[in-house]
Amino acid sequence: MSTIVTPPPTAVPPQPPAAPLRERLTGQILLDVKDLKKYFVIHRGFLRRTTGYVRAVDDVSFQIQEGETLALVGETGCGKTTTSRCILRAIDPTSGQILFRTESGKTVDVATISKRELRPLRRQMQMIFQDPYSSLNPRMTVLDIIGEPLLVNGVKSRRERIDRVEELMRLVRLRPEYMRRFPHAFSGGQRQRIGIARALALHPKLVVADEPVSALDVSVQAQTLNLLLELQNTLGLTYLFVAHNLGVVKHISDRVAVMYVGQIAELAEREALFRSPKHPYTAALLASVPKPDPRLRGQRKPLPGEVANPAAPPTGCYFHPRCAFAVERCKVERPAWEQISPGHWVRCHRARELTLPGIETSSTVAPAAN
Amino acid sequence: MATAANIVVTPVETPPPAAPPAPTAPGLVDGRVAEERVSVASQWQLMWWRFRKHRLAMVSAGIVALFYLGVIFADFLAYADPYASEGQRTLLPPQAIHLFDDGRFAPFVYGIKGERDLTTFKRVYVEDTSRKLYVRPFATGFDYKLLGFIPTNMHLIGLDGAPTETNLFLLGGDLQGRDLWSRLMYSTQTSLTIGLVGVTLSLLFGVVLGGIAGYYGGFADTVIQRLIEVLFSIPSIPLWMGLAAAMPRDWGIVQVYFAITVIISLIGWTTLARVVRGRFLSLRDEDFVKAAELAGAGPWRIIFVHLAPLFLSHIIAATTLALPAMIISETALSFLGLGLRPPAMSWGVLLQQAQNVQTVALSPWLMIPAIPVTIVILAFNFLGDGLRDAADPYGV
Repeated sequence: MSTIVTPPPTAVPPQPPAAPLRERLTGQILLDVKDLKKYFVIHRGFLRRTTGYVRAVDDVSFQIQEGETLALVGETGCGKTTTSRCILRAIDPTSGQILFRTESGKTVDVATISKRELRPLRRQMQMIFQDPYSSLNPRMTVLDIIGEPLLVNGVKSRRERIDRVEELMRLVRLRPEYMRRFPHAFSGGQRQRIGIARALALHPKLVVADEPVSALDVSVQAQTLNLLLELQNTLGLTYLFVAHNLGVVKHISDRVAVMYVGQIAELAEREALFRSPKHPYTAALLASVPKPDPRLRGQRKPLPGEVANPAAPPTGCYFHPRCAFAVERCKVERPAWEQISPGHWVRCHRARELTLPGIETSSTVAPAAN
Repeated sequence: MATAANIVVTPVETPPPAAPPAPTAPGLVDGRVAEERVSVASQWQLMWWRFRKHRLAMVSAGIVALFYLGVIFADFLAYADPYASEGQRTLLPPQAIHLFDDGRFAPFVYGIKGERDLTTFKRVYVEDTSRKLYVRPFATGFDYKLLGFIPTNMHLIGLDGAPTETNLFLLGGDLQGRDLWSRLMYSTQTSLTIGLVGVTLSLLFGVVLGGIAGYYGGFADTVIQRLIEVLFSIPSIPLWMGLAAAMPRDWGIVQVYFAITVIISLIGWTTLARVVRGRFLSLRDEDFVKAAELAGAGPWRIIFVHLAPLFLSHIIAATTLALPAMIISETALSFLGLGLRPPAMSWGVLLQQAQNVQTVALSPWLMIPAIPVTIVILAFNFLGDGLRDAADPYGV
């Protein structure tokens, strides 16, 4: 990962909800993750001997440009949430670098920075949580919840906080009169918007959205995604968007990284990845996206087998036991992380020879549930 | 004290008739207004609303409050010096108080004539109906310091024209001819307060140590958990006896007892610590705690603003249930002779006099101190129940 991925202008056609990608991008790399690893130690027995490691994140590298949305997609347990938490330093990575370009233009390594230095940095990277119920303190009013980041970052005047919270609530389409209510008075979608408002309170540059819509009703999902897109355009935000479903991502992302057992299997621009996936796993995920056309029904072929155990991954390519295209080489040799066309990275021995079916992305249908 | 309890029950049992629309049931009266109220209600308001609906707990809260008022004003409520013994009045049965004199409200008691029955050698008392002794409110009596610093000699009631100490025995007298009512007032004071410091201490230890174990986990957690297991295994009665024997000889009885409760509290924090630890462990990983951390909140803010309110309610309930345990253990230990001993006064000490069947058969009023014990323990338990139910207004 040495060169910045600059998408050709034709790659992403302008879409009604999203501003053209070219306008949003400044060409600066905001986040540069290099060889990120997070191993969880397994202890056994009374003496707590180390008996193994869970490789939750194993050699993950990617970059995010300012103003861009990178989607991180994968099945449950593939390490996507761990990756996002490492980037925010909610958990300490085992090794690797997380280079973040701060507001002042300096580049800091979030992975190794001390907790003291981390605090001022927190305001520049914020998170939207998956569960809108557990992410809001039930004993605090909306004002206190959205105002908390302001308070702990030096906005001591209550008047000032109220004004700012009012502004934030309008921004996420909540009525400011509800400021003194408690979370239990809101619906799931409204709660998620409270969470979004809290994340935006400190004018962050990077917003990590950890499956922000997967806990919501289908009807509310599209609404929330549109809000996120709109906020990105008006505030110039950069998103790392974690999802377990390519259907959701289709709507919002510029580039997509597909993770499998702690590694990125494929990373490409959305258009390229959806239309001509190079990794069989991506193709399988794409095939599982529900299609609106009933004539295509019955063509789904679910992936055989289970997700590999990250504590004891298979030899060779981690995906080979489930791969329809696996050959002898896949069982013994670990595939390298290579760029097969500009901006299109794959970890597959057969990426160049296979032609896999993709799907069209031009439609802007509401994302399907799960 | 029994009469005191009776007084309480009446007002509380009839709740305010025109209560505002029950806010916990929005939509019944005026949906929108009620809903709006619930939406903006704080934790404490919701708790109060729910607690208010628990009738029994409300009554109990009133009773407990009254008992503690009695504790504060024990000297005022007592009309006789609790140590003044009167040889002519031993084992005097409770006296009847006559409320009306010639159709006019003027409470009085008859004078007492005591004599020895020469066949049974028992002292018998007869009412001297020729002598009416009127009971006066706010009468003067023995000297004391109100609230510990206002010197006065005013008491709730007293007798007109005769010394109160030898003529008024509302609940009867004990073996030394001391007034049981007055002694009960002082006993209540001791019994309800002596364990408070112990309870507070174990509360403090429980929350701090449980909090450390739960919040930091790892090594600290292991050490504290093992310590709890060791303390759990110490049998309490032998420990109590050992401690009672080990205390310095020149200490007063109450001092010794107080010291013991404090020491016992050092091992009594374990249950609460476990609960607090569990709460911390489960709450530490809540997303809203993570969110606060990511917003830049420090550990103190997270503990006191985010975590503490979530189990504060639980601690309140735990304390309310710990208080009756401390009262009952005082009573039981004193009854066994391990806790407080005469001349100190406490419920257990008073009940010690009713230890043999003969006393119980011949002078059953000596069992009266068991009534306030029962009432206060029940009240505390119902109160704790109500608090626990109300504590989690969100049903988390």
